[in-house]
Amino acid sequence: MLVLENIHTHYGKIEALHGVSVEIKKGEIVSLIGANGAGKTTLLMTVCGDPQASSGRVLFQGEDITHKPTAQIMRSGIAIVPEGRRVFPGLTVEENLHMGGFFTSKQEVRRSQDHVFELFPRLKERRNQRAGTMSGGEQQMLAIGRALMTKPEMIILDEPSLGLAPLIIKQIFEIISSLRDEGITVFLVEQNAKQALKLADRGYVLETGRIRLEDSGANLLANEDVQKAYLGG
Amino acid sequence: MVAQNFRHALFCAFITLIISYPILGLNLEARGVSITLTGAETQTYVGIALAVVIVFLFQLFRPAIMETLGQVKAINPMINREPMPQEKRVKFERFALILIVLGAMFWPFIASRGAVDLATLVLIYIILGLGLNVVVGLAGLLDLGYVAFYAVGAYTFGLLFQYYGFSFWMSLPIGALLAATFGFVLGFPVLRLRGDYLAIVTLGFGEIIRILLNNLTDLTNGPDGIGGIPDPTLFGMEFGRRVKIEGNTSFHEVFNIPYDSAHKVIFLYLITLILAVFTLLVIRRLIRMPVGRSWEALREDEIAARSLGLSRTAVKLSAFTIGAFFAGFAGTIFASKQGFISPESFVFLESAIVLAIVVLGGMGSQLGVILAAIAVTILPELAREFSEYRMLVFGAAMVLMMVWRPQGLLPMTRVHINLKKQEAGVTDHA
Repeated sequence: MLVLENIHTHYGKIEALHGVSVEIKKGEIVSLIGANGAGKTTLLMTVCGDPQASSGRVLFQGEDITHKPTAQIMRSGIAIVPEGRRVFPGLTVEENLHMGGFFTSKQEVRRSQDHVFELFPRLKERRNQRAGTMSGGEQQMLAIGRALMTKPEMIILDEPSLGLAPLIIKQIFEIISSLRDEGITVFLVEQNAKQALKLADRGYVLETGRIRLEDSGANLLANEDVQKAYLGG
Repeated sequence: MVAQNFRHALFCAFITLIISYPILGLNLEARGVSITLTGAETQTYVGIALAVVIVFLFQLFRPAIMETLGQVKAINPMINREPMPQEKRVKFERFALILIVLGAMFWPFIASRGAVDLATLVLIYIILGLGLNVVVGLAGLLDLGYVAFYAVGAYTFGLLFQYYGFSFWMSLPIGALLAATFGFVLGFPVLRLRGDYLAIVTLGFGEIIRILLNNLTDLTNGPDGIGGIPDPTLFGMEFGRRVKIEGNTSFHEVFNIPYDSAHKVIFLYLITLILAVFTLLVIRRLIRMPVGRSWEALREDEIAARSLGLSRTAVKLSAFTIGAFFAGFAGTIFASKQGFISPESFVFLESAIVLAIVVLGGMGSQLGVILAAIAVTILPELAREFSEYRMLVFGAAMVLMMVWRPQGLLPMTRVHINLKKQEAGVTDHA
């Protein structure tokens, strides 16, 4: 579904990604783990076209999107839940969701909204509350819900567990696994390696701009190097 | 604590002294070619001493004084009132707007000529305020050079009249569209900028336009400005005593009524009112349309807005262009009202006043902008009694306003768009 071929990305003169290749197949959950500064977020941003890759290709459903403008990429069936949730704080829950359905018809917005409320009953309770006044976990649910409103084929999650309590993290990961049951492909970028790999069909380990390891989630969890570096021994 | 307060108070008093003494206490007198330094009258010295003592005492007892002021805040009857429920507020706002427009329609027939003239100026500021509200209040782009578009509108009319004899009605759409084009063009370099950087670039743009107008002497007549700009006509009828442009008729002759100079003022007022209402309705509609929601999304969180597939370029450019369009509108009316324009009318202060209107009114709120425009234009007129302290009173009123009601006169009511459960289709509480 999403193929990254030998991607190099620069910030000005600094090269952040040194030839990264990643493949995500339809219906999979793929986790990308790595330490701070490894280039995880850069990789995601390259998929979104900001910054664009300086060499290499990004293919989505067989189409080359490397040099397409961000707005166009985001409308072509990829949804991203940005790092730090990024809900519209002054808008209500419902309005946030409607922003997600900005480019779809009204009937469809209604249908997807009902669906999101089914997935997250909590959001339904709070539909008229301002998003900025909700708890971190609720905001994360809203951010995921908002991304689902765009009717994506694939959803990219950037650090969904960031700054959340362990109990909430568990809940969020349950939701992510339920997304797969809906037929949505999931690309998960996480520092919380244990949870992310447990959930994933396959995983990649990114280190200083290069893919270090690539294997099934279970194998990576069992891998000694990964355990030492990311799972605390 | 007390010792620290005392030291602080002493320091402040000292600063007051060294600032006020040279400015007020010393006079330069020219005697022939030489200049001598003389002291001021005793009265002035007493005044300075008094000011120093007041500053000293205020700083010494500041905690106590501020606490009392805080209690004044509690006296404010609005402060403890429950916020109105959303639906009621939206209804209230609509009701208030209709009331204001109706009142404005009858205003020229009950008020004096000067009052109508002032009301026309208020309406021009309302149009400007509503336009800038789109850029600053809704899209969250701080624009300090808004007056440039106002100038473009005014000069378009002035120049088209001077060189080609265009009338008000022909120039009005051209002026607005040209201003919109300038807004669009300015939009490009500022696409990547936010906040302070954006403010500086727009500030520079405002100055560039003014300085260009000042120095393109061949075209714009430089600082001397353009005069003799005609008033609007009503289907070819002029409002002057005599017909100025061939082919036109005069209003009082057609209707066979005695000439009255007030006709012209009232007519201009009514035109401005119609255009202001037009501006209000168009922007009101836009806010409820997807483009309005995309402005707000961009203001709330740019990254999130982009992650949903909104194009930053399109959203910003549309906000700038539409804001500039209405400034061009206001500029054309202004040129017609004054009959004379020069770069002097388009200084930074004008941008600042319009921005103050938007902020005072409550960012994004249309009713608030209208009330603030009335307040900001009328207040200096009312304060004329204080003669030279006029602007001081005005400034103090603004400071107090921001202390007591930082969210503005009437903070924006967010429009709900409810999707009905049963039937498809959208209802909005317009």
